[in-house]
Parts: sequence; C-alpha cells; structure tokens
Amino acid sequence: MDLITVSGPPSSGKTSILLRTIENFIKRNIKVGVVKFDCLFTDDDILFAKLGIPVKKGLSGSLCPDHYFVSNIEEVVEWGLKEKVDILITESAGLCNRCSPYIKEIKAVCVIDNLSGINTPKKIGPMLKSADIVVITKGDIVSQAEREVFTMKVQSVNPKATIMHVNGLNGQGAFELSTFIHNDQVHVETLEGRTLRYPMPAALCSYCLGETRIGKAHQMGNVRKIDLSDKNG
Amino acid sequence: MDKNILLQTKIGDLFVTHPYTKDFFTDHLIPYIGKENKTIEDFFKYLDLEIIEDKAINIELFINSLVEYIELMSTYFVSEKETKNTVTIYPGLHKNGTPENFDFIEITKGEIISIVGPTGSGKSRLLADIEWAANGDTPTKRKILINGRTLEPHERFSASNKLVAQLSQNMNFVMDLSVYDFLDLHASSRMVEDKEDMIKKIFDKANHLAGEQFSKDTPITELSGGQSRALMIADTAILSKSPIILIDEIENAGIDRKKALELLVSEDKIVLMSTHDPILALMGDKRIVIKNGGIDKIIITTKEERNILGKLEELDKTMMSMRNKLRHGEKIIFEEEL
Repeated sequence: MDLITVSGPPSSGKTSILLRTIENFIKRNIKVGVVKFDCLFTDDDILFAKLGIPVKKGLSGSLCPDHYFVSNIEEVVEWGLKEKVDILITESAGLCNRCSPYIKEIKAVCVIDNLSGINTPKKIGPMLKSADIVVITKGDIVSQAEREVFTMKVQSVNPKATIMHVNGLNGQGAFELSTFIHNDQVHVETLEGRTLRYPMPAALCSYCLGETRIGKAHQMGNVRKIDLSDKNG
Repeated sequence: MDKNILLQTKIGDLFVTHPYTKDFFTDHLIPYIGKENKTIEDFFKYLDLEIIEDKAINIELFINSLVEYIELMSTYFVSEKETKNTVTIYPGLHKNGTPENFDFIEITKGEIISIVGPTGSGKSRLLADIEWAANGDTPTKRKILINGRTLEPHERFSASNKLVAQLSQNMNFVMDLSVYDFLDLHASSRMVEDKEDMIKKIFDKANHLAGEQFSKDTPITELSGGQSRALMIADTAILSKSPIILIDEIENAGIDRKKALELLVSEDKIVLMSTHDPILALMGDKRIVIKNGGIDKIIITTKEERNILGKLEELDKTMMSMRNKLRHGEKIIFEEEL
C-alpha cells in the first residue's frame, strides 16, 4: 500500500483536488482509501464516499489537530491495510501554519491557492517548505502574471518540490497529478519507528489543560510573553 | 554550487555573487542581519537553539534547499537558449476509444489556431494535453511534440519554464498593487534586465488595447473588465516566458481583439484560442473542431471565409462605435450608423 499525506491551509482546495485525482485512479482500477482529518466539523467524507471508496474521518475536537494526526496515523495505516487499498491518502488542514504532518520517506503533498496572497508561501512554514509536491489551485481566476509571481514565491520557499497547477473544478491537471503522487513500488506496512520531517511546536501550559481564567496567577508551564517594549518602535 | 564550498562562503559574499539568495534567506526567516561576515557553516553552528525552534528552521533542509535554489536559478538564466518554434499534435483516441482521424497538426510560431466545439466536448483535455506536452500517457493517448521532439519529464513539469500561459475572461487581478507596482513585481520575478523599458512597453500596449485609458497609479483591482483584460494580454505577450498562449473565450472582453491577437503574434507566440465568436475564429489560420472528446477535423480558413471576416469586422466596428457613443452620452441614430 502506498501512503500519501496531503495538507494545506483551510479552503485551499484539498478535497476538490483529491476528488478529481481519485477519479483518475478509479478509472485505472487502482483502489484508493481516504482518511480526512479535521478540527471541529467536516462533511467531506460524504463527498469521498460518493466515489464509492472507503473513507473515515477523524475530528480532533479539543486537541491540537496535528498532534492528533500523529497519534493516530499508525492506526490509520492499519485500517488502510485491512481495507486492502492500493493507495491510502490522508488529508489534513494545516491550521496553525507551524505544524506539518509529513513523515520522512512518505510522499508529502501541500495544496495552496493563488488567492491566498503572495506572502502566504513565506507564512506557511514547514508544511510548504518540506513538501515533495506543491499543488497550486484557483489559477483559473487570477491573471497569468499573478500565477507566475506566486509560483516563483513558492519556488523560493521550496525549490526542491515539483510544483503543479491543478484546477479543482474542471479537473485540468488532476490526471497529471495522479501520475505524480502515486508510486506503485512503495509498500508501507507499518509506520512504527518512522519519524516526522519536522518537530511540532512545543505547547504545554495551563491553557492546554483546560484553564480558562486570564492572568499571570493562572499561567503555568510553557508560557512566553510578547515583546511590547519600546526598543523596536 | 558545491555544498562544501557553499558552507565555507561568507553570507555577505554569497549575497554579492548570487543576489537572489538574500530573498531566500529572508523568506526562510533566517536571522542573518549583522552576521554577514560569517561563513554559512559558522553562522548555523552558533545559531541559538531557541531561534531555530521558533522560526521552524531545519538547518540541513535549508542548506540543501539553498543548493537546489542556486542550481534552479542558474538554469533559469540560461534556459532561453532553445526557442520553441513548433507544436505538433499527433492523434490519440476519442472518448469512446476510436482513433482520431488526422495525421498530425503542426502549429508554428506566429500562427493563430482556433479551437471550436460544444461545451464538454473535450476542449479542456486538448488544452491540458498541450500544457503538459502529453506523451501518450494521458487519457487521450495523444502525443505533443515541441520543436519536433518529445520533452523530457523535467521539461514537462518545470514550474519556471511552463510551456503555456493562459488567458480567460474569468481571470481577475487579486493583488493589492498599482499598475506600476504590479508590473514591477512581475518583471522582478522574471529577473529581466531592462525592467523600466519593459514596464513602459507593457503599459503603453495595454492602453493601446483598452477602450478606456488608465494610469500607472491605478490599483489593478480597480481596472474595468476591458482594462484588466488589456493589461493581462499585454503583460502575457511581453513578459511571460511561455511560448504558447491559450486563450479561453475573450468574446466580451471589451478590448480591441484584433489588436490583441496581433500583439501576441508579433511577440512570436503560438496562439491557441478556444472560441465561438466568428470574428475571432476566422482570424485563425486553422480551426480545430472538437467532438466526442476528440479532434474531429481540421478546417483551414478559406478565402471566402476571410471575405466574410471583412464584413463581420465592419459590423463589429459599428457596434464598437455605438458603444462608444453610449459611453460618452451621445444619442444613437440607427440608420445612419448602418
């Protein structure tokens, strides 16, 4: 079973791109399974199920979504093996821009859209920097020049990645993406012992544990203060 | 550049020999300011752990990426040695699996090809085949040759040397910039040398195409539909590196379409235009007719058709002048105009 991790900012078009790409796998008789990670709510599993493929969703609720992802990925892989899929795709939103759910030696795809602003590639951090493939969406509604500038910005943050422009609405480029993200020589049996490409940010303070009161007296653990002194201004 | 040599290079020296690396350091949030006299190796050796964690810096990944980036940029500067002169389409299959019935279609620089056919007939797939220089590996099994040869995978999927630039009337400007700053940003990202000349040329051409004039200080998001289209076309013709331009429906774009096509052709672009507008379609040298997911036939524009084009253009001119009269608050007297 090949494993592919897909992530990207909310509303960048991850699900649309995956739906169009999976349609191409189905046409080639390749069996795909999807696990959708989200925070509070998602209906996207229904869209995947409509394609007639096995799908599961995981909502992190009150936990940090990327931490939730790592704590569950091993079980997710077991599920994929049980379903006997050829490709297992995980989809998760990078919600805080500092995390990235990518695992060493597992194909990592980042989806980012042209509308998000030219400074976004710089802001996204590890999720974009360490991806193998960067898919840029919504190119059909911005100008050629903006697409070119945006591509350059992505390239300057991640020069190693293969950058593809895919249209999630009409599927232009989805076939090409499907040939890129899947390698039938990859056989993932377990993730035991594998490591993340990036450490996730440290966070263990009183608020992690359910504290709601504001004020120094209630803050414990990993707390850092914003610099509001005059020295820079 | 060799990685070991790079590690022993002083940051400041690297910025001098490879100026674009400064932005690379900035984009990766590397706090180099004040440390320019250090070698890259020493800089990272003494970089505070807290900063590394805070800025999510992965030193090994950064250095490898930097090597790649320098490599990439150096190919960027020399890659224009081969100009793309022809695109050849070899037949594949219709949606139902029957073979397409033509030998091959060769399109040369400066030619205009119209693509016609009902919605959903397979135009997007043809355009995608050309965009990715299909090599018998797409659902249509078509082969697209550039300059008579199939492209290597790294050429097909290179983000900085894309074959195809696209223009459609659904496209809008989204950046918060003035016309001048926008052109400056695009020209900078293309690393052209004669930037100011380039900006002026695009600005003048865009105003030449647009029905209504605009200034360099106008925010691009405030341009009218016609002005936006004019700027997009002029910018794509002059500044985009892609040798092929795909135009999707610019019927109602509110610009001088003939001048727009002339501009693209004069900049040595290969123009493919998906359209149902008779004026635009007949301006093409050939028309590719798409049906049932495949290329049904190729029609070469005949002399008679060209004559019709003349009449259509007169009608179009009448429409344009009426539009202008309306715009300027004048009354329209129909018989006189016809």
